[in-house]
Amino acid sequence: MSLSRAFFAVIRRDLVLALRRRSEIANPLLFFILVITLFPLGIGAQPHLLQAIAPGIIWVSALLAAMLSLDSLFRSDFDDGSIEQILLSPHPTTVLVLAKIIAHWLVTGLPLLIVAPLLAVFLGMPNHALGILLLTLLLGTPVLSLIGAIGVALTVGLRRGGMILSLLVLPLYVPVLIFAGNAVQMASGGLPVDAQINILISILLMALVLAPLPVAAALKMSIN
Amino acid sequence: MFLIPDPVVRFFHRMASPPHFYAFTQRLMPWLVVIFLLLTAAGLYGGLYLAPADYQQGDSYRIIYIHVPSAWMSLFIYMVMAVAGGIGLVWRIKLAEIVAISSAPVGASFTFIALVTGSLWGKPMWGTWWVWDARLTSELILLFLYLGVIGLYGAIDDKRTASRAVAILALVGVVNIPIIHYSVEWWNTLHQGPTVTKMDKPSIHVSMLIPLLLMAIAFKFYYLIAMLQRARTELLLRERNAQWVKNMISESK
Repeated sequence: MSLSRAFFAVIRRDLVLALRRRSEIANPLLFFILVITLFPLGIGAQPHLLQAIAPGIIWVSALLAAMLSLDSLFRSDFDDGSIEQILLSPHPTTVLVLAKIIAHWLVTGLPLLIVAPLLAVFLGMPNHALGILLLTLLLGTPVLSLIGAIGVALTVGLRRGGMILSLLVLPLYVPVLIFAGNAVQMASGGLPVDAQINILISILLMALVLAPLPVAAALKMSIN
Repeated sequence: MFLIPDPVVRFFHRMASPPHFYAFTQRLMPWLVVIFLLLTAAGLYGGLYLAPADYQQGDSYRIIYIHVPSAWMSLFIYMVMAVAGGIGLVWRIKLAEIVAISSAPVGASFTFIALVTGSLWGKPMWGTWWVWDARLTSELILLFLYLGVIGLYGAIDDKRTASRAVAILALVGVVNIPIIHYSVEWWNTLHQGPTVTKMDKPSIHVSMLIPLLLMAIAFKFYYLIAMLQRARTELLLRERNAQWVKNMISESK
């Protein structure tokens, strides 16, 4: 089997598995919606305040939803031995791992993009900022999956890995949160956001190239 | 390897052997403690007594003799940890792994000290314990990175595996630290920052600089002492079934 066929086979397998277990798609999405609904309840019905902090709310909620969904990335494959098959296959582990991360993003990251504009309208975000919000989510959530994969790969062998995972992953999410949140904030004020978008693109490209390396190394370590 | 002189190579080969490392650090320890005490005494005397009071900040500025060296150490130790971890990962040298993980709590402590002394200084100077200043924020995130390393090491039962996990995490952190640092700095300058932090930094006078450098070197020695003590204990724990540990214990009885 050629490398590209193996790559797409892994993606297709993971997508089929996810479609058979729909709760995997629904859980992070519902979590995302619920957390955003909680903010107005906690703060009070103050439209101006909500409008001002809407970019931050949406991005922090996306961060938490992405983190919550991470566990499903390698868990079942670790339990049923598929990870061993990936490590044993003649193809480079990094490429196959990248396929798994992409499939995971399609299942858990992409749905956030679809509901985000609706929630942004709920929070009173101006319409002209919605495009930028979608763009930052499109560029930022894959980075969350890529960086998160490192944390999951390190902790997948642990029985109580959940708590430690947030400690490992959240500090590494800081740059994405800063640039994405800032871009949406600026766009709401009608300011240009080229710089932020360019930086997000470069972070995404760097993560695409670099993140699979530690993920592969960490998976090898976790299998031992 | 032909570029490195032979005695140096031999020294590192011998240091990689646990019994030799244990004996060598035992002989080294008193010297390190003496140098550390001398440097600290000289640094504190120079900093707290000889150096003049600052014309703007009075005597409050003297906290920098703890604060600044701690902040330097917090980054330095993370680098040491990542390099030692990387060496352990590539060449599977047990002692490099032990040095890496023994550095983490010391580094976390220095980071914590830097944060606490910074906020103690900030209260009289800026009138607030905490500002979301770029440096403070990135130092706080550095503390979280250290806690992640310590937590991950504690969560994995097999300590050889845990060392490899920690090494991978530390290396990922090293790539991220500059990105985090610059993103936080950028975030801060974009928000209208509090003007109190925009004080012009006066270039430091030599009578203040010398004690500061003395303290910085003293802290390096303190790190060596604390890290080596932790490493020796960790080594005994891991090698508790080895013959040389049994011999040593039976000899000391």
